[in-house]
Amino acid sequence: MPEVAEALAAEPLHRALGLTDDELSAIVGRLGREPNRTELAMFGAMWSEHCSYKSSKLHLRTLPTEGERILVGPGQDAGVVDLGDGDACVFKMESHSHPSAIEPYQGAATGVGGIIRDVLSMGARPVALLDPLRFGPLDDPRNRYLFGGVVAGIGSYGNCVGVPTVGGEVKFAPCHSANPTVNVMCVGFARADELQTARRGGDGNVLILIGARTGRDGIGGVSVLASRTLADDAHESRPSVQIGDPFAEKLLVEVCLELAQRGLLWSVQDLGGAGLTCAVSESAAKAGMGADLDLDAVPLRQAGMEPFEILTSESQERMLAIVRPDDVAAAFDVCRRWGLEASAVGALSPGVILTVTHGNEEVARLPAAALADEAPEYDRPRARPGWLDALAGDDPTARAFDGSLEDAFLAVVSAPNVASMRWAFEQYDSIVGGGTVVGPGMDAAVVRLEGSVKAVALSADGNGRYGLLDPYLGAAHAVAEAARNVAVVGARPLAVTNCLNFGDPERPEVMWQFAEAVRGLGDACRALGTPVTGGNVSFYNESGDSSVYPTPVVGMVGLLEDYRLLVRKAFPAAGLSIYVLGNTRPELGGSEFAEVVLGTVTGHPPALDLDAERRLHELLMRAAAADLLASAHDCSDGGVAVAMAESAISGGVGFTVGLAGESLAPHVALFAESASRAVVSSRAGRGEALESLAAEVGVPIRRIGLTGGDRLRFEDMFDISLADTLLAHEAAIPRLMGSNHP
Amino acid sequence: MTEWKPRIGVVTFPGSLDDRDALRAATLMGGEPQTLWHGDADLGGVDAVILPGGFSYGDYLRTGAIARFATVMDAVGAFAEDGGPVLGICNGFQILCEAGLLPGALIRNRTLSFVCRWVNIRAERGLQTIAAGDVLPVPIKHGEGQFVASEAELDRIERDGLVAFRYCSPGGVVDDAFNPNGAARGIAGVRNDSGNVLGLMPHPEHAVDPDLGPTGGQSVFGWLFDAARARAASYA
Repeated sequence: MPEVAEALAAEPLHRALGLTDDELSAIVGRLGREPNRTELAMFGAMWSEHCSYKSSKLHLRTLPTEGERILVGPGQDAGVVDLGDGDACVFKMESHSHPSAIEPYQGAATGVGGIIRDVLSMGARPVALLDPLRFGPLDDPRNRYLFGGVVAGIGSYGNCVGVPTVGGEVKFAPCHSANPTVNVMCVGFARADELQTARRGGDGNVLILIGARTGRDGIGGVSVLASRTLADDAHESRPSVQIGDPFAEKLLVEVCLELAQRGLLWSVQDLGGAGLTCAVSESAAKAGMGADLDLDAVPLRQAGMEPFEILTSESQERMLAIVRPDDVAAAFDVCRRWGLEASAVGALSPGVILTVTHGNEEVARLPAAALADEAPEYDRPRARPGWLDALAGDDPTARAFDGSLEDAFLAVVSAPNVASMRWAFEQYDSIVGGGTVVGPGMDAAVVRLEGSVKAVALSADGNGRYGLLDPYLGAAHAVAEAARNVAVVGARPLAVTNCLNFGDPERPEVMWQFAEAVRGLGDACRALGTPVTGGNVSFYNESGDSSVYPTPVVGMVGLLEDYRLLVRKAFPAAGLSIYVLGNTRPELGGSEFAEVVLGTVTGHPPALDLDAERRLHELLMRAAAADLLASAHDCSDGGVAVAMAESAISGGVGFTVGLAGESLAPHVALFAESASRAVVSSRAGRGEALESLAAEVGVPIRRIGLTGGDRLRFEDMFDISLADTLLAHEAAIPRLMGSNHP
Repeated sequence: MTEWKPRIGVVTFPGSLDDRDALRAATLMGGEPQTLWHGDADLGGVDAVILPGGFSYGDYLRTGAIARFATVMDAVGAFAEDGGPVLGICNGFQILCEAGLLPGALIRNRTLSFVCRWVNIRAERGLQTIAAGDVLPVPIKHGEGQFVASEAELDRIERDGLVAFRYCSPGGVVDDAFNPNGAARGIAGVRNDSGNVLGLMPHPEHAVDPDLGPTGGQSVFGWLFDAARARAASYA
């Protein structure tokens, strides 16, 4: 760790470990003495922004977290919702942006590994992954390297560990050149009565460390990488990035599930950020116990590791099982059968003190809860950025547009934010496990429960431009769009996880953006009946003068009672009536059209009426259950024009529609991104039933034309061949990435 | 009288991923599923064996190179020698090639990228339930699926009729445009000389349930079941 050594020489140890002078005073006050070197390293890791949420907790506490479907809310490794009939869905999202900026392949791969272990530690079998990703523009070779590396890294890990990657999104913006955003969501299934949740007590229960050996990789991951901005010399932090071994993770999955199934687990905890320190202190604190940890029993990858290195190493593919003394031999047998190393490294003890020994000496003695639960909490100053008014005042809707509508359409359909992401999705195994009913590239992925017609619908969405222009609305839109994507396939949105990607919280304008986003998230989740079960905050996504857009990414889980009734986005046949559900308004602020065609990210995001949004979801669910819909597709990025084009491309069927008569300029009618809309086609003979259901539920509905033919005809505007549209949409990303092969 | 159900053994190696999928598919197709473990010294009297997809031992050395030394592979070799039907899917195909039970080898895709997509394969010769020329829609998902052999070996494979499947268009046209990994002569699957060992890169076990998509994999399972039935009858 050369950079740590240099830092040590230059500044006091606590500052090198990321702790402030005030935080050091708080530690001294709590212990009643100066902490030693090892203890300070443990506090540095656990009190880091990444582990303690010290800047965000105050705001996150305002989020709605309870509901009749919620079995486990925030505070555990992952959230859990009730799917009925004793089935539970476990899910969580996290970021791995900082490691991915430095080493895209391993950074993204180990992000996948980490989130899988979160789901595993609830006793659930991981069944799906989704990856919302954000990069700088692909005309820059470094951005191509980062995008290619992250996608390959996700693929290499997810494919080899046997969890299908079923969805996600990829977005591009200049602010992500310096700071790509890599979020990873994992979903698992378990029987509700077999969930592994924290248990109180357990004196004498044995701590068994299972899986990979502990090495010097990833030391300082949470404090050096995740809780600071990346400086120009960030590449020198590469030793803080961990190396993934998906094969070991696959074995770990099978071992933990078998231990759980045989009733050998008292509890189980993953090792992620802050390594052994976090796993042991949290396990003990949750049990209301102390613990004795013997570092000499930890299998090491290399000799001569110091106690603080063993304690904070973030070596991957490790789990901490807590096992009753009588079950230790049986647990070892399971590990041996799968060829994994397992070692008893300590035990829970009465009281509240965590002791750590190394070479028969006590190297740390502190209250477990002081590490796990007692980090400081900050109400950081907030200030609305002055530049927002100028951005909002420049409304692209007010600009005249006299260019070619057809050219604008092709530009939007082939824009990297809208274009087909097949180039990325095909590098992911999306079907292993046999549960994938609908894979990547659709509104929502659909994964069925084994032996049941029930399924979950999954979506992960965010909109950075909206977040920039209005963080409150940006967050609310993310919830609305994620819920809409789930409702569009016919599922009921149940609950939310999230990853909140922001800049440096010590800057008042970033903190204002964050607080506004959390307020928007909470309001939207309350209105749509989808509580927040947990999530992740990723701060410090900035370097130099470049900060990421304030980007809340929302992961939504919905329940589909019978997946055989799911609705897809493709127009399946000719001669079907096409409808737009919801109203289109003159709203081009922050739109894809404004950025791609007008070259501006300004104005105000579309208005959001959460009650109208909820009614739309109700209509979509009821229409799907009554089998009224031949297709349904969310209408968001690129407006009606893009939604229609994607339905046509997906089904290989063109259309003729009239959008005129909306008292909107043609380019506004085509590309406005008004919220709470969907483009649907009705099953033959069911159009009237759909119209009356829409009237009953209170959703505006407008029949705009018919499917059929091999052209996309927008009457009185332009028409274009399906083949040309398909080519523009499909070829954009491969062309930018320089792929030549089929 | 109840219909005879073939007992289909599916081997789990450390790192096998589609083993549960193969068991589920065997059940759906009317077979009796039987789990087998890489450390098993015998096959417990199964009527057919599937080596499933995945990344056995992480495939860190070379795909299938370590799995071929697993204890169970001696039993699989003896079973195949005795005419027992063996189906290798993806990693299972790679293991069979490494074990010398099938000709050729699998190397990295020519794009150097993992690829997961639905493709079509054409049956090159009749195999029980599969007629020559049948086009089967099936998914592929592999990083190392490019079938290779020396030109002389390829000529022998062709001459002896060992090519089981080639990648093709939906209409059955074999052309490089439909070859997803650069496989020599578009070869997606091969069989052994006696026709009881079949390996292919596509995943028939993910193409049997109509709820999930096309069902091109059903006839591959049909082949396996018929071969098992024929062998059982010959012993009766």
